[in-house]
Amino acid sequence: MSSETAPANMTEYIKHHLHHLQVQVPGTEGQFWLLNIDSIIFKLLACVLFVWVFLRVSRRATAGVPGKLQCAIEMVVGFVDGMVRETFHGRSKLIAPLSLTIFGLVFLMNFMDMLPVDWLPAAGAAAGVHYLRVVPTADINTTFGMSIAVFLLIQYVGIKHKGVGGFFKEWFTAPFGPVFAPFNLLLRLIEEAVRPLSLSLRLFGNMYAGELIFILIAVLTLGASLEHFSTYLLGVGQFIAGFVWTAFHILIIVLQAFIFMTLTIVYLSMAAEHH
Amino acid sequence: MNPNITLVVQGLAFFAVAWIVMKYGWPHIIAAIEERQAKIAEGLAAADRARQELADADARVADEIRKARSEATAIIEKATQQANQLVEKAKTDAIVEGTKQKAIAAAEIESMAHRAREELRGKVAALAMAGAEKILKREIDANAHKDLIDQLVSEI
Repeated sequence: MSSETAPANMTEYIKHHLHHLQVQVPGTEGQFWLLNIDSIIFKLLACVLFVWVFLRVSRRATAGVPGKLQCAIEMVVGFVDGMVRETFHGRSKLIAPLSLTIFGLVFLMNFMDMLPVDWLPAAGAAAGVHYLRVVPTADINTTFGMSIAVFLLIQYVGIKHKGVGGFFKEWFTAPFGPVFAPFNLLLRLIEEAVRPLSLSLRLFGNMYAGELIFILIAVLTLGASLEHFSTYLLGVGQFIAGFVWTAFHILIIVLQAFIFMTLTIVYLSMAAEHH
Repeated sequence: MNPNITLVVQGLAFFAVAWIVMKYGWPHIIAAIEERQAKIAEGLAAADRARQELADADARVADEIRKARSEATAIIEKATQQANQLVEKAKTDAIVEGTKQKAIAAAEIESMAHRAREELRGKVAALAMAGAEKILKREIDANAHKDLIDQLVSEI
């Protein structure tokens, strides 16, 4: 049995698959100054694709009979716009396009998980790239980067809607009144810290786990040869497991993109409201 | 999975995309959607109007038909009445004419009967005179006995 004879090989395979393509930022030292090139490249690809499609459609957008692509984009735009209108009280030109961007980008990045787990890394290996992780949202740097961006936006929206004075006054007076000022501040800090963490870890955890399961399914026939009967059994098993998990994952990638977007809207809406 | 400088790059990329979308994409799409919504609303309103107009026209047509039908009924009734009147008039005319003819015929009969009676009376007087001549065996002076003869004639 291949999986029994090659445990080291299997560990190696998984480790290899979970290793980023990294470069050290020139003139620096230490773990923090590593750049995950693969995440950045695939994220940029997602960005370019998203911006290209969206701008192309929006440039040609007509009020007449729309094309299929325009229709699809309009449905998403209408959906996001409706959500923002429902959740975010008070108009803001920023929130709806921002939410759409989050949804589109997260979905596109999540979608990389749908590609067979070995294709791009194998192609990379053939081209001389030894490590390649293709799902940017399975990298905590991507999700954390986005959630920190959202965190900054929350502060920005808060200051914009309440003014600097009102914004900082709220730190000490809400929710228990000025008497409990230190307690309020502590609560506020925890709340603000928890938001980006939960936002990023939720997405990261889901996508990382999804990727890991794809890897484990791929491991079923790792190093197998056609001479063993078990290869055929495991091959069928791998096909069924891969099929089921891929189908299920379609749901997850949309759902996670939706959750990230919705929570962003909710957080921004809360930041804009007076307590 | 250690956090590193990548997250800064990712955050910046995200901001850039959001900014581009907000600035160059979103307004066009929303404008197109809103314009189409207005168009659709307009179209629906026009359809409603057309439906209303059609209903009005239908009502008008139905009204016209009803009116025409009642007019036709009235005309037919009038014609029938006229016909009846004509028939009645002809009938009464016929009756009047018949009565007149009958009266004329009756008068004629009367006059003829009278004449016959007069004639008969004259003949009876002559017969009576002839009879009396035979009885008296002489000629009676008709003039001398005119009174007598006349009396006799009136007694017959």
